[in-house]
Order: sequence, then structure tokens, then C-alpha cells
Amino acid sequence: MIDRISSEEIAAAIRTASQELFSTMLQLPLEDSPFYEETSEPESIDGVVALVGIAGSWTGTGRIACSPHFACRLAGALLMQPYESVNEDVLDAVAEVSNMIIGSVKTIFEEKLGPLALSIPTVIFGRNYRTRSSGVPKWTVVPFRTDGDTWNISFCVIPTKTSGQHIARPDVVLAV
Amino acid sequence: MLIVDDSAAIRKILHRVLVQAEIPLGKVHEASDGVDALEKLKTEKVGLILSDINMPNMDGIELLTKLKADDAYKSVPIVMVTTEGSQAKVMQALELGAVGYVRKPFTAEQIKEKLAGII
Repeated sequence: MIDRISSEEIAAAIRTASQELFSTMLQLPLEDSPFYEETSEPESIDGVVALVGIAGSWTGTGRIACSPHFACRLAGALLMQPYESVNEDVLDAVAEVSNMIIGSVKTIFEEKLGPLALSIPTVIFGRNYRTRSSGVPKWTVVPFRTDGDTWNISFCVIPTKTSGQHIARPDVVLAV
Repeated sequence: MLIVDDSAAIRKILHRVLVQAEIPLGKVHEASDGVDALEKLKTEKVGLILSDINMPNMDGIELLTKLKADDAYKSVPIVMVTTEGSQAKVMQALELGAVGYVRKPFTAEQIKEKLAGII
């Protein structure tokens, strides 16, 4: 029985899922950088974060973090119209982008881990805040570059301890 | 035609693809989840339903099950358009009566090809 998923496997799944979306529905360039592991609380964020939860025999979270400018670019590419500032359309588009990427990552891992469920995405937009998933030892972070914009996707997944009792707790958002 | 998805972005994209493809299915209606879809179907007659699976209130599998159990709607073709890519989910939807399955992310061509094979 598998007891861990390596960061290399997570990064590979994130890259595959992201490339698929960017080459089909978004048609934006995508350049990935080497992944890294994040073991301490992430830096405070100014911008947009989308969170999607994974549940089942394994528990986890996928997180997309980007600037307001790149969120507008994502929405513009997805909906084929320009956006100058973050509004409801932009937040909905970022939520759907995260849903499709993390959903594809989930599908890749289901071959190894069995059926997993996906939560409905949560999107946060603001300044000077942090997100934290209690009980998660580390995140695998894959930075991306799209023309001049840098953004990243993070993912953590760990075995569910016992039936109905998860090691990881729901994400929380802290204003700092 | 009825598009059922909790994402306004996906409803907008599918709407645009269907209009561009000039598919002769009449007016395109939208619903944000299974409950909303059942409400819309009380007043709107549709010839095809495109539905997501993961939605709040009532998901696409429950909506599919309810429609296929109802004489008034069981002949309406339903295509699932969803991020759910597992073989088990695909099989479940097809066994419940869905006529097709398109996984997100999709291209406009994939949607057109799928619908061309159904209409």
C-alpha cells in the first residue's frame, strides 16, 4: 500500500494538468520552474488565492496563488474579454481554473490512490493575508511564468489517518 | 438546451461555443446546480442538457438520476461536462443514462464533435 506521494510526483502531475489547460482553454504560454517544498507557514499574500480540497482515503489541498493582474489575464483568456480589475467574473474564472487543474491532478492520483472527492473551490482576494492547512507537514510548490507574470500552484496530500478522521484540517485564512 | 454548472465562467464558455457552432437546439438556458435545473425545466422545454457533476445543493449525478426516473424528461439526452475524469465516475454516469461525457478542460471542437454525434 502506498504511504506517501513524493514531491516529484506531485510536481509532475501539476505540470501535466497545467499544460493541458493552458494549451486548450486558455492558449497562454506557460513556463515552469523547479519545484520546492514549503515546510513553514507561507509568506503573507497580496492578491488572489484559490483553494480546492481533496478527500477520501487521502486528504489534501490544492492552492493557486497569483497577482490581481494575472487573475485578470486568466479570466480574459478563459472568457475571451479583457478585465482591468478583479471582479466577480475574474474570481469565478480563477475558481474554475483551479477546479480544472486540481481536478486533473486528482484524476492522475486516483490511478494510484483510489477514488477521491473534490471540494467546490474557494477564492480569496485581498491584501496581507496568509492561508494555512493545519496538520499538513509540507507543501509542494511549482512556480510558473506566463510572459512577465509569475504565479504558483501548491499541493499537499497525505493519507487519511482513520475512517472519518482526517489528519489535515480545513484551510484557514489569517489576516496579518 | 440547458447548461447546468455552478461556474458562471463555464456556462458563459459553453454558451458561446454552442452559439458559434450554430447547433439548432433553440434557446440556451442556464442553471447553477441540480435544484435550479429542475426549477428551470418546469417552465422551459429543452432538447439537450449539458451538466457538470460537482455542484452544491444537487450534483450532476443526482440530477441525472432524477431526470432519468421521470417520464417527462427521461428521453432528453444528457451530456456530462466535468473535471471528474475517473473511469468509475464516467461509467456511473453512462450507466445512469448519460449519452456522453466531456472532461474539462475541453476545446470548442470537442464539444461540437460530441454534440454532432448526439443530435
